[in-house]
Amino acid sequence: MPSFVISDKCDGCKALDKTACQHICPNDLMVLNKEINKAYNRAPEMCWECYSCVKICPTQAIEVRGYADFMPMGGVVQPLRGTDSIMWSVRFRNKQIKRFKFPIRTTPEGSAEPDAGWETGSVDLNSPLLRTEPGSLGSSELKKL
Amino acid sequence: MDHFETIEIKTDILILGGGMSACGAAYEAAHWAKQHNLKVTLVDKAAMDRSGAVAMGLSAINLYLGKNSLKDYVTYVKNDLMGIARDDLVANIARHVDSSVHLFEKWGLPIWKDEEGNYVKEGKWQIMIHGESYKNIVSEAAKNALKELGDNGSYYERIFITEPLMDGDRCVGATGFSVRENKFYVFRANAVLTTMGGAVHIFRPKSVGEGLGRSWYPPFNSGASAYFTIKAGAEMTSQEVRFIPVRFKDAYGPVGAWFLLFQAKARNSLGEDYMETRVAELEKWAPYGKVKPIPANLRNYLMMLDIEDGKGPIYMRTDEAIKNLLGKIEDEKEARKAKKHLESEAWEDFLDMTISQALHWASSNIMPEETPSEIAACEPYFIGSHSGASGAWVSGPEDMAPEAYKWGYGQMTTVKGLFAAGDASGASSHKFSSGSFTEGRIAAKEAIRFCVENPKVSAIQQEKIDIVKKEVLKPLEIFSNHKDYSIDPEVNPNYIKPKAFMHRLQKIMDEYAGGVSSGFKTSKAFLERGLELLTFLKEDAENLAASDLNELMRCWENKHRLAQADAHIRTLLFREETRWPGYYFRTDFPTMKEDWKCFANCRWDPESGEWEMIRREIIDLVE
Ligand SMILES: Cc1cc2nc3c(=O)[nH]c(=O)nc-3n(C[C@H](O)[C@H](O)[C@H](O)COP(=O)(O)OP(=O)(O)OC[C@H]3O[C@@H](n4cnc5c(N)ncnc54)[C@H](O)[C@@H]3O)c2cc1C
Ligand code: SF4
Ligand code: SF4
Repeated sequence: MPSFVISDKCDGCKALDKTACQHICPNDLMVLNKEINKAYNRAPEMCWECYSCVKICPTQAIEVRGYADFMPMGGVVQPLRGTDSIMWSVRFRNKQIKRFKFPIRTTPEGSAEPDAGWETGSVDLNSPLLRTEPGSLGSSELKKL
Repeated sequence: MDHFETIEIKTDILILGGGMSACGAAYEAAHWAKQHNLKVTLVDKAAMDRSGAVAMGLSAINLYLGKNSLKDYVTYVKNDLMGIARDDLVANIARHVDSSVHLFEKWGLPIWKDEEGNYVKEGKWQIMIHGESYKNIVSEAAKNALKELGDNGSYYERIFITEPLMDGDRCVGATGFSVRENKFYVFRANAVLTTMGGAVHIFRPKSVGEGLGRSWYPPFNSGASAYFTIKAGAEMTSQEVRFIPVRFKDAYGPVGAWFLLFQAKARNSLGEDYMETRVAELEKWAPYGKVKPIPANLRNYLMMLDIEDGKGPIYMRTDEAIKNLLGKIEDEKEARKAKKHLESEAWEDFLDMTISQALHWASSNIMPEETPSEIAACEPYFIGSHSGASGAWVSGPEDMAPEAYKWGYGQMTTVKGLFAAGDASGASSHKFSSGSFTEGRIAAKEAIRFCVENPKVSAIQQEKIDIVKKEVLKPLEIFSNHKDYSIDPEVNPNYIKPKAFMHRLQKIMDEYAGGVSSGFKTSKAFLERGLELLTFLKEDAENLAASDLNELMRCWENKHRLAQADAHIRTLLFREETRWPGYYFRTDFPTMKEDWKCFANCRWDPESGEWEMIRREIIDLVE
């Protein structure tokens, strides 16, 4: 199935005009079945198992069942993504469980300031210097061959 | 198709794609556009927060120069590509790339640091990151930059770009359609920057059932860049230089950290390390066989020779590596701590960028400290930003490029007003995520200069647009005209559905152009037969049918793939030697030849519909 939606958990994103999973899937696979108001993956064989839909679903309704072509049954890898870190639980076929937590960003969401405090050294379109250079380079000028 | 509204958007700079290069381009363009009162518009087929190859995240930034010299880096890249690279392009990206990485860090990307506060290196040019949200962070900065332009900065998501809009020999925009609602889009622009990634599913993947989507390269990048530049009449380069990564088998998890950071070895079933036992083979590919690090395709090749000799499977000896790393620690408590740390690093490497591999290990009860894991070659991909090289032939930087590599604005293709970056531009491999972002920045600044110096945007006639619109929507019309003829709309003699079309393309490429099932080998006779079969397929592309917008996108993805396949076969045929064994092998020309130390370029002529093959000289800027 690659990604699949658990019937009981999906609430169709409360009938908002755009569901979260449909909004995010880079391959446009997630769609809402309007009759039952629940989402599904319309082409599991084109799924990259990228987990974008899993991470964004507000009700944790999406999981991934590894590609049937080559994965033995029973493994589960499930994330819980926060604003600054992500928690992963990995359940093995033999039921053993491992948990990992990794940082995902060091600044508040939305706060990325384009110039990040650096000025651009030249206003000349013909200069090779790009926006925020040379300040952002970590050296006073461009390296030469 | 009257029920499709036509939406027209006028802009100065049009950025196609929303991936790493596009984000870099939007970021840079916004700054210079503001000073010159220009409009910037970006169009992505998906949502920028998670579109393109970095959708899942990454666990390393593969290009960061730091204290290394530019010369060392350029030498490394050219050797890795067996002598075929544009020094000017590679150097230009590398001299700017650290600026991009420092920006990523300020925007919030967590980069691993050692005790002294320096970046933790995976290899000489690679640094480790906690990169699950890499793409979210970068796209946020790009969007914030566009916001600085007010009404002059905008981005459109879920619009699939189909075609270039041409006015004679100049590119003046693009057409596309919404994958959500019945809307046809016409973007008119003064300068167009294509950054729509590379291509996959041109060759048949190793998993063909439910696992079809588990290609190493993401299934959503389908050759749009190549199609766009070819269709505009741009000269293309290195179309033969596909990339075949060696990865953990089936789930295609990364091996870089295991080889470089954990110093693991790959061994065959007899326990031999092919990098040692087959070292003599490297002599045949000198001088490149003798450089360190050994070029990626040659490392692949040595492994493939072991497999051919029946010495597989090949295992990454994760068990040995962990033992070696922990063996040095005497204190038991320290050893336990170190093991936990190592384990977390190893799993993060997968969880940050190839989650399937973690799932595969979990499903197979693999504990890396106990069980070695199989590695294998993937199927071929087109990714000019990584260790492949295919893309458009672009003009070099004013202050670095030799005259023969310079015909106007930096990063401009041979078509006026059409720029390319990332996977869309060729002969400048190893730019990776950071370099693609950087190349997007370089291209955007040059595109702005183009707009300032060539301000006139021509008006395209309405009839021309109407013809394109009909063409873009044709698969819907074909379906609705014929669908009732058979009971099962999937099987109907009047049309071909995109999925069947893709399988047919993959079969041709796999069997005739050196895919997996042919052991990556091909020859003149096979390639010529492949071209014949491709000609039928090209004719049948006129009968692609779509039942809805999603299928319409799939139809166009396959039209795009077809152009990439065509250019690939023709260039494989043109280059009469084997230069990248491990990527492909010409059985009729099994050795590398000095007189083929050149770029093999090609161009499709929009007037005549004919292909022209061109040799271009390699000009060394470093010895
Ligand atoms: C599996 C994998 C692992 C990698 N690991 C690393 C690593 O560890 N470190 C590193 O630095 N780099 C790594 N890379 C390389 C890096 O991801 C690429 O170099 C980089 O993403 C290329 O940028 P791009 O902008 O050219 O393409 P992408 O980032 O792929 O962006 C392509 C964009 O085009 C859009 N698009 C495609 N078709 C259309 C269309 N028809 N219409 C509109 N939009 C379209 C897509 O939605 C996407 O937004 C890896 C790549 C892969 C595939
Ligand atoms: S995001 Fe989750 S809750 Fe919303 S529609 Fe998708 S599966 Fe259902
Ligand atoms: S895992 Fe990725 S590719 Fe698959 S449905 Fe979810 S978002 Fe789409």
